[in-house]
Amino acid sequence: MKIVVTVKLVPDPNAEKRIDPATKRLVRTGVETVLNPYDEYALEAALQLKERIGGDTTVTVFAMAPESLKETLRKALAMGADDAVLLSDAGLEGSDVWGTSYAMAHALKKVGFDLLIVGGLSDDGSTGATPGALAEYLQTPLVTNARKADVADGKLQIERETDTGYQIVKAPLPTVMTTALTFGEPRYASLKGIMGAKKKTIAAMALADLGLDQSVGAAGAKTELLSFAPPPVRGKGNVVEAADGATGAKAIFDFLKEKKLV
Amino acid sequence: MNFDLTDEQRAIQSLARDFAQHEVKPRAEHMDREEAFPYDLVSKMAELGFMGLPFPEKYGGAGADTVSYALTVMEIARADASTAITMAAHVSLGATPFYLFGTEEQKQKYLVPLAQGKMLWGFGLTEPNAGSDAGNCSTKAVKQNGNWVINGTKAFITNSGTDLTGGTTITAVTGTRPDGRPEISNIIVPQAAPGFTRSKKYKKMGWRASDTRELSFVDATVPEDSLLGPQGEGYKQFLTILDGGRISVAALSVGLAMGAYDEALQYAKDRVAFGKPISKFQAIQFKLVDMLCEIEHAKLMILKAAWEKDHGRDYVQTASLAKLYAAEVSRRVVNEAVQIHGGYGFMDEYPVSRMYRDQKINEIGEGTNEVQRLVIARLMGL
Ligand SMILES: Cc1cc2nc3c(=O)[nH]c(=O)nc-3n(C[C@H](O)[C@H](O)[C@H](O)COP(=O)(O)OP(=O)(O)OC[C@H]3O[C@@H](n4cnc5c(N)ncnc54)[C@H](O)[C@@H]3O)c2cc1C
Ligand SMILES: Cc1cc2nc3c(=O)[nH]c(=O)nc-3n(C[C@H](O)[C@H](O)[C@H](O)COP(=O)(O)OP(=O)(O)OC[C@H]3O[C@@H](n4cnc5c(N)ncnc54)[C@H](O)[C@@H]3O)c2cc1C
Repeated sequence: MKIVVTVKLVPDPNAEKRIDPATKRLVRTGVETVLNPYDEYALEAALQLKERIGGDTTVTVFAMAPESLKETLRKALAMGADDAVLLSDAGLEGSDVWGTSYAMAHALKKVGFDLLIVGGLSDDGSTGATPGALAEYLQTPLVTNARKADVADGKLQIERETDTGYQIVKAPLPTVMTTALTFGEPRYASLKGIMGAKKKTIAAMALADLGLDQSVGAAGAKTELLSFAPPPVRGKGNVVEAADGATGAKAIFDFLKEKKLV
Repeated sequence: MNFDLTDEQRAIQSLARDFAQHEVKPRAEHMDREEAFPYDLVSKMAELGFMGLPFPEKYGGAGADTVSYALTVMEIARADASTAITMAAHVSLGATPFYLFGTEEQKQKYLVPLAQGKMLWGFGLTEPNAGSDAGNCSTKAVKQNGNWVINGTKAFITNSGTDLTGGTTITAVTGTRPDGRPEISNIIVPQAAPGFTRSKKYKKMGWRASDTRELSFVDATVPEDSLLGPQGEGYKQFLTILDGGRISVAALSVGLAMGAYDEALQYAKDRVAFGKPISKFQAIQFKLVDMLCEIEHAKLMILKAAWEKDHGRDYVQTASLAKLYAAEVSRRVVNEAVQIHGGYGFMDEYPVSRMYRDQKINEIGEGTNEVQRLVIARLMGL
């Protein structure tokens, strides 16, 4: 079975970030690029499935990103993915969600998969629209927010996390699945993994390999970012000062009670 | 010249940092207070490959270089010195002697499980009356009926008595050299050797979660083939082991300084006095700048020594300079980190108070500052 995991390469969520007002794009200089945190969960899901299913199951990671970020993918290989595919092209720059999904879907069709696992959300763009768009273009079912998954008789069965509990959903392969953060903490890349990752391949793909009918990148974007603003500065909050722990706890409790939070 | 880490070195550093910050740091205070040896962290470090980091894959190691090893020790020490010394002593003192001097059979028997982190091992050089003067060893081993029979005592031996410990390699006098001086050999002593016992853990000021014990040998008996390397080579061998070990103890020192600096920097930004964060006072800024400056300096020396070792150069002097300097930097940085914390720095619940206690051994273990200066002076031909 062939499992493919999409991994977006995003600026380090912990780094301080700045948007260039002229280009309306994130200033990437000096900010480290990492695997999108949600996608590490997707990869963890893929690796768990591979361990469970065994046999000739392989895990391929797929990213659409500038060629210069290629080495960031080694971490996914060090965690245990078998190989990687990187779709890079100057013509992809400035793609919106539609363009991104359209190009990715065509590339993923070329790569081929039985199960495509997609993180639920990117840390930078955060539209959450990519998984749905991919399933649409790939003409596959879409099962979302999985906290557990298994494959049997050519079918994927998941436990789908909901607010009130979970649902059990089955879908035929090939299919697209997104993971919930309850799937399990992403594993560390072991030293063995890191040393072994050097020898794994990161295949390159470009627009010319895809044969798209419509133009992508900035030229093909169907949406336009008009303006942006930083989130409002948070207020200082209430500081409770008290002579001892019990009085302090009481004051906090009274405050929460007044707000009807307890 | 090139100051860039390789992709692999960076990946290892980032793995070590993630692991140390998420798994080790939150536990450090508890481990210190309870003197609790970190069995679960050792097993996680084994899984990640840290316990055999620099050894070839065919011996169960990860096959990484010395630079990666130094970076890893730094990151772990930044979170907790006890965990760092447990790992560093295991690699540099416990396993390395087998790698450097073991026969193929000894490597298979000992180095493989050690590198896999399934077993820990000690290195017993120091004696109650021979520390800096370790060549003045009074533990004796005599050949009798195809065995070595050992009598003597070793003091302050790291990793010598945990549930995972398989044994300790000790130095012992095995005869007299032609020049009349004692002949020293390294002997492999498994925990189960009859006549070999360990004391309870010492009560320590720092490194409290690490395992340090006194070893006693009363007609302790091991088979004749338990020598590590040729008979009489023990003195030369332990000097070689200590040369390499200096890089890791230096990394341990600077890692501790980095941890104290992290705490001090954050505290200085948060703590308000006279209506502003104390980080706005020039006196505090200067302290933080000096701390960072010394840390960077020590790090460069360590990485240079590690690089020299990886490139087959003579690294002995650089490593000694780095060990000495990093140990002293750790003292100054930890001291200022407590100072920046004011009264809170003296409180048990603030990590800098633990770091302050953990620091002192950096200037004593594996060669005191004084001995380090002697070694360097000798290398300088003085
Ligand atoms: C109007 C608009 C204009 C934009 N203009 C630009 C621009 O000029 N330059 C620019 O860099 N970005 C731009 N973006 C952002 C970029 O288009 C989006 O990041 C991209 O479409 C993916 O959407 P998302 O980040 O919201 O992913 P989400 O839908 O939140 O991500 C869900 C999952 O999809 C997968 N995924 C998403 N993107 C990738 C990828 N590239 N590779 C692999 N997996 C992926 C991941 O698994 C992820 O977890 C723009 C976005 C918008 C809305
Ligand atoms: C927590 C801990 C863990 C340890 N782990 C190990 C281990 O795993 N294996 C092991 O073999 N040992 C271990 N040691 C021992 C350690 O290496 C020794 O304590 C150290 O080498 C110093 O020896 P000493 O304590 O006998 O001090 P001494 O040698 O007695 O030194 C006392 C003082 O005299 C100074 N001095 C000595 N000689 C000279 C000289 N010629 N010129 C100037 N000054 C001099 C020293 O610098 C020091 O200040 C450990 C020690 C501790 C505390």
